Amino acid sequence: MAPERFLAVEGVGMAFGASTILAGIDLAVKKGEFVSLIGHSGCGKSTLLNLVAGLLKATAGTVLLAGRHIDGPGPDRGVVFQNHSLLPWLTCYGNVHLAVERVFKEPRAQLRQRTRAALELVGLDHAQDKYPHQISGGMKQRVGIARALAMEPKVLLLDEPFGALDALTRATLQDELLGIVARTGSTVLMVTHDVDEAVLLSDRVVMLTNGPAARIGEVLEVALPRPRERLTLASDPYYVRLRARVLAFLYDKQMRRAA
Amino acid sequence: MGAVALRKLVPPTSPPHPAARREIPPQAPVQRGPAPEWLVAAIACVAGLAAFVVAWAAIATFSGRIPDPAAVGAAAVKIFADPFYSKGPNDQGIGWNVLSSLRRVGIGFGLAALVGIPLGFLIGRFRFLSGMAAPVIALLKPVSPLAWLPIGLLVFQKANPAAIWVIFVCSLWPMIVNTAVGVRQIPQDYLNVARVLNLSEWKVFTKILFPAVLPYMITGVRLSIGVAWLVIVAAEMLTGGVGIGFWVWDEWNNLKVEHIIIAIFTIGIVGLALEQALMLAARRFSYGA
Repeated sequence: MAPERFLAVEGVGMAFGASTILAGIDLAVKKGEFVSLIGHSGCGKSTLLNLVAGLLKATAGTVLLAGRHIDGPGPDRGVVFQNHSLLPWLTCYGNVHLAVERVFKEPRAQLRQRTRAALELVGLDHAQDKYPHQISGGMKQRVGIARALAMEPKVLLLDEPFGALDALTRATLQDELLGIVARTGSTVLMVTHDVDEAVLLSDRVVMLTNGPAARIGEVLEVALPRPRERLTLASDPYYVRLRARVLAFLYDKQMRRAA
Repeated sequence: MGAVALRKLVPPTSPPHPAARREIPPQAPVQRGPAPEWLVAAIACVAGLAAFVVAWAAIATFSGRIPDPAAVGAAAVKIFADPFYSKGPNDQGIGWNVLSSLRRVGIGFGLAALVGIPLGFLIGRFRFLSGMAAPVIALLKPVSPLAWLPIGLLVFQKANPAAIWVIFVCSLWPMIVNTAVGVRQIPQDYLNVARVLNLSEWKVFTKILFPAVLPYMITGVRLSIGVAWLVIVAAEMLTGGVGIGFWVWDEWNNLKVEHIIIAIFTIGIVGLALEQALMLAARRFSYGA
């Protein structure tokens, strides 16, 4: 397996009954790379993520992770869902521990250590005994990220992870995610519909055309140096140009026909 | 004189006399907010009970056959002075009667839970089983549980297990139906979590299915207990023995109407206590979601 093809989506198509969602998707993600999938809602970007997660089975083509064919969900892929999907009857600790004890066959003390380390990574070690309804939406999403990262997955799959949060919380969490990814060197595939989020976080932005039968329309390299600073980038001409490219794709070439 | 002259100089806006000041508070008028909610509720509760007792007293006075609240109160004092006496199988204190009714409800209901909850899980999980169960449940659910009493008598040949059998049947349907609904209501998100974490079947059951279904199960338990407590009185009237239902019928045969009214209140209070206890349990397991 070439390192450029750590995660490889090869000729993937997806159809539900008679309706084709995705057609001929080819995408390779390098180890340690951060790739965003962006497109209009309903274009099938979440479907593509679910195919990589193994929650869905492609009707054409294959998905390979580290050279191995993906056939169903597995702990080598950590998924963060848009609506956090924490179990309300478990504490933050319990939610993360559920993932940890499944993946690692280690003595209890070490499992506890891993759980605490994951919560610490997202800055929530102080809230480990709180239940999901006792913490804010942003904190819930951070627990979701901790749960995914605690499994030490080969790739982190984020499905519009900050879509349900307010703008300020979203910005904070994006910055934190940048820090976490820098520290862990994670390979990330993220679905988003937020142009700034895509450009700010990613090494490459993959733009999907409108469905039905969505394809990859354009791929944008984001050669911004890291660490990235939200405030300085806002007026950086290169950043502004990249942003304009994505906007042009979404609102010029792929504008939804007015219903 | 000097004081009067001085008073005339005082502008009319300031209080002219200490007495007047007391009548009209000059600053910060006392804010009369609405009465606290619990107080209104308590007053309404007391007023409702009082109206009930007054209506009862009026009916008692005009009919002449129904004992008035005072007579019933006096009889209640006598009965509850010694609730746990026992003079043979047909003459026991009201405490024993209530307890043996509760015992029947407990056993019948417990058996219904043992059968109904697993059955509910299966029916909720597998569409085919649900399709199989639907017509049977739809057909049997509207049947009065008492219609099952002769079957119980036929099979068990004894009154006590037959009464328990009736409780079992009437508790069964709400347990099955609510558990099955709970299983079907589990959000897909939770099942997706189970899949991406690759949880074992046992973990899926203990960490996801069971806690997610628990609130629905408690609703089933609540409905079952409510129905069971309704039905046990009627069943015991038919089967006899010791029990609050039998006691009502026995006191009717003795024409002690005061005791019948006491039994009505006792049944109501025990039913209310059961309901409240299960409401508390339900609140404990609602996860604040």
